[in-house]
Amino acid sequence: MSTHKLNIKLLKMNITIKYFGQLTDITQLEEETLEFGGTYVYELLETLYRKYNTLKTKDFQVAQNQELVNENTKITGQEIALLPPFAGG
Amino acid sequence: MSRYNGHIVLSEIGQIGQDKLSNAKVLVVGAGGLGCPILQYLTAAGVGTIGVIDFDVVELSNLQRQVLFGKSSLGKNKAIAAKERLEDLNESIQINAYAERLTHQNAINLFENYDIIVDGSDNFETRYLVNDACLITNKPLVFGAIYKFEGQVSVFNYNNGPSYRCLFPNPPKQGSVPNCSDIGVLGVLPGIIGSMQANEVLKIILGIGDVLSGKVWYYNALTLQNSILKINKSEEIIQSVLKIKDNFDKTNIAFNCESEIKTAFIEDLLTSENVQFIDVRDAIEQPKIKGLEVINIPLSQLENNLHQLDSEKTKALFCQSGIRSKQAAQMLQEHKVQNCFSIVEGASKINNKIKEHLK
Repeated sequence: MSTHKLNIKLLKMNITIKYFGQLTDITQLEEETLEFGGTYVYELLETLYRKYNTLKTKDFQVAQNQELVNENTKITGQEIALLPPFAGG
Repeated sequence: MSRYNGHIVLSEIGQIGQDKLSNAKVLVVGAGGLGCPILQYLTAAGVGTIGVIDFDVVELSNLQRQVLFGKSSLGKNKAIAAKERLEDLNESIQINAYAERLTHQNAINLFENYDIIVDGSDNFETRYLVNDACLITNKPLVFGAIYKFEGQVSVFNYNNGPSYRCLFPNPPKQGSVPNCSDIGVLGVLPGIIGSMQANEVLKIILGIGDVLSGKVWYYNALTLQNSILKINKSEEIIQSVLKIKDNFDKTNIAFNCESEIKTAFIEDLLTSENVQFIDVRDAIEQPKIKGLEVINIPLSQLENNLHQLDSEKTKALFCQSGIRSKQAAQMLQEHKVQNCFSIVEGASKINNKIKEHLK
């Protein structure tokens, strides 16, 4: 029983997520660390959409370890950033 | 001592570099918060020909951040008022003021006259127009944009690098991202971001340092946090812009500005008749949909397979999480395909809903 629990724990990883621009109006924070058990970027996004309902209506790109990635990219890094476009000038 | 002594004594610039600046032609789009510091530094640096295009007039509330202007500029066109101030700063260069709006009709001819285009505009329509016109005329684009306390800078279309659309493929819905005058901006922020843009322009002209191409620099003035994020080039996206080259002047703002994409919940579609379900994921992606007739056309091949769409039916597009299906719906809209929806749910949720529905 205890080994089983340990295994599950090992499969999850801690990911730091940074929110930029208008996204912080939804999340009310600029950064958080989540325990994530999935594999792909889209799974992480689904997790975030569950947590923040209106996030789905926003346009943004996802960066993993300072590189922009798409939703089918495997999560390998521990730092994810969500970057929306800015219009202002 | 000469006006440009500060440059000439630098071994990286010297008289040769100063001559390069004097021979360069740079167009700045927008003489607002970003445009003012960009214009000020390029003029002071002795860039030989500077164009500035802006249709707007100077208002009192602009003076909080638009540092070229003063009380005497109020009510004047911004391009004209900027030219007056800049000619006082440096009489030895040519400044061309265009007191008009940048459009699909005038952009190409205007851009042809310059070596580098700098985007200091304040709305997505203009930003996508500037990007597309830079792609078509093959000019490097020095991009900057701000939001409240944060900014982004990048150099696009430089030495075959990525374009703005490689970073953000689709313009956000009109009004979904507010601009500075509506939501507020820290006055010094465009000064910082605009100065970074001017710095990139000078580096491109002088051929020194590393140009911010293939990357976007992000800055937060409150936390001083900054990141450089790597952007990948999408040849497909760039080609889709180059395809409209010959009809660019006939393209209206709608090409740039996303009209509302229709989305639908799977539950509603399951109870509707006459629906064609289209999976826009790649063929290998899992899970497959069970209990529903689905055709698979990956997003990358959709444009060449429009004939597979049933004009008699409602087209319901889905993917893994609802992002690609939105892009697909947008693309079908551009192709004037009627009655298309992007399903809000992703494939695994769709399967769950089908199970519930069949019970």
